[in-house]
Amino acid sequence: MAELILKWLRTEPMDVGVQHQHKLLVGRQFVLPLIVPVVILAVWQIIGQLALVDPTLLPTPTQVLGEIYDMALSGKLAENLSISAQRVLLGFAAGVSVAIVLGALTGYSARWRALLDPLLQALRTIPGLAWIPLFILWLGIDEGSKVALIAKAAFFPTYLNFMSGIVRADRKLIEVGQVYRLKGRLLVQRILLPNALPFLFVGLRQSMGVAWMVVVAAELLGASSGIGYVLLDGEMTGRPHVVMACMIVFALAGKTTDWVLECVARRILRWQDTLAQD
Amino acid sequence: MIHISNLKKHFGAFAALGPLSFSTENERIVSVVGPSGCGKSTLLRLVAGLESPSAGRITLDGEPITGPDPRVSVAFQEPRLMPWLSVEKNVELAVWDWEADQRRQAVSAVLAKVGLTRFAQALPKQLSGGMAQRVGLARALVGAPKLLLLDEPFGSLDPLTRIRMQEHLIEIVGEEGPAILLITHDIEEALVLSDRVLVFRGPPASLQRDLTVSLPWPRERTSADFQALKALLLEDLLPQRIAASA
Repeated sequence: MAELILKWLRTEPMDVGVQHQHKLLVGRQFVLPLIVPVVILAVWQIIGQLALVDPTLLPTPTQVLGEIYDMALSGKLAENLSISAQRVLLGFAAGVSVAIVLGALTGYSARWRALLDPLLQALRTIPGLAWIPLFILWLGIDEGSKVALIAKAAFFPTYLNFMSGIVRADRKLIEVGQVYRLKGRLLVQRILLPNALPFLFVGLRQSMGVAWMVVVAAELLGASSGIGYVLLDGEMTGRPHVVMACMIVFALAGKTTDWVLECVARRILRWQDTLAQD
Repeated sequence: MIHISNLKKHFGAFAALGPLSFSTENERIVSVVGPSGCGKSTLLRLVAGLESPSAGRITLDGEPITGPDPRVSVAFQEPRLMPWLSVEKNVELAVWDWEADQRRQAVSAVLAKVGLTRFAQALPKQLSGGMAQRVGLARALVGAPKLLLLDEPFGSLDPLTRIRMQEHLIEIVGEEGPAILLITHDIEEALVLSDRVLVFRGPPASLQRDLTVSLPWPRERTSADFQALKALLLEDLLPQRIAASA
């Protein structure tokens, strides 16, 4: 199954003739991004080993990685990460679903844009934290308020990008549709939506990133599970290596979901004639 | 065929075209030449139904054109292909409302006609400029329109490809093909391809000369008659320069 998914995500079929080029690409994609983190880890380890900073404030990378290893062995990592991921995915799905519908509506119709967009833009400027008390009052302290907070945060990047993608559609392509008598739903379906897909994927990736950021805030406020809760517990019990371990888990989880979205985008947008597709 | 009477187009206070009147009969290709910005493309957009006239009337075989019309098709200066669709799907777009079988047959036939059968599944980014332009032409022809509007269709191609495409256009359209209204700024292209050349001046666009080209086919670009007609049209379009060189 995993092999099938990976095969689907690959944009072009492998060709013996391009193996050398592929190796270079693998190097560029996987080795280059590791260089800076490895250097930072090395410097950090040296600082920790030489006790240049108080070890109760700055644990060494080996302590942090050891904590992640212990959490993984005990099952605590899988348990809490799956809870956080579930919150993120539910909130993301809810937020972007509404964003896609409203983005399409306000992007296509100037009347709907005039009706809804000013209100949505006003709501966008309200700080995320300001919504927390309201969501807790409305939906309780349990999952509902956390998912709603993530959904609200995930909504705006997708909404804005998708709407912009539709509004900025190439007039020349729309004219082609008009010449062939495409209008209304057909024009949206055949020209406006595909044309806006690159914008949509930018929005989806931003929404996913925001969703991972907000899950921490949601779990710091009254959760008894999730990586955010473990992070808070680490702070309360004075274990900075736990806090840092949780931060790294968040970074890896966020990067993984972003990578999946990037691969899906690369696959779906393989028609783009851009530098990123080379 | 096309009958244009007292056609006018204003964009606010700017008069882009008219009053303009002319008719075409059985000519296969009628070219409209004129300097940049004289209103040639405005005429094309009006006939294509992409703009509404401020006054006047356009009819095709006696039926008025009031908007995009299945009897009229357009190939633009740029191929304007949907980058997310294959060559085949781009061509299909023009006949999206046909039955699936009929659509497939028509697309396959027109791709064979423009010599792109092998590239039916290719994406626009994989095509050369000339090939992309041929796809645009195939899309314009697939619905068997009565009138094909060409808006400087070879303007963005290199000179050699342009000459090949001009020759190819005559083959593709053939005797059975649609009547063509070709908008171009290239006098030689107009003389090579057309039965009749309308010289515009403007804005607002108006008819300066209506020239029937009765040279034999295929047109010989270096013949004395061809060169004489070219000089005549140049004189219309660049009178001051001709006067100065004289």
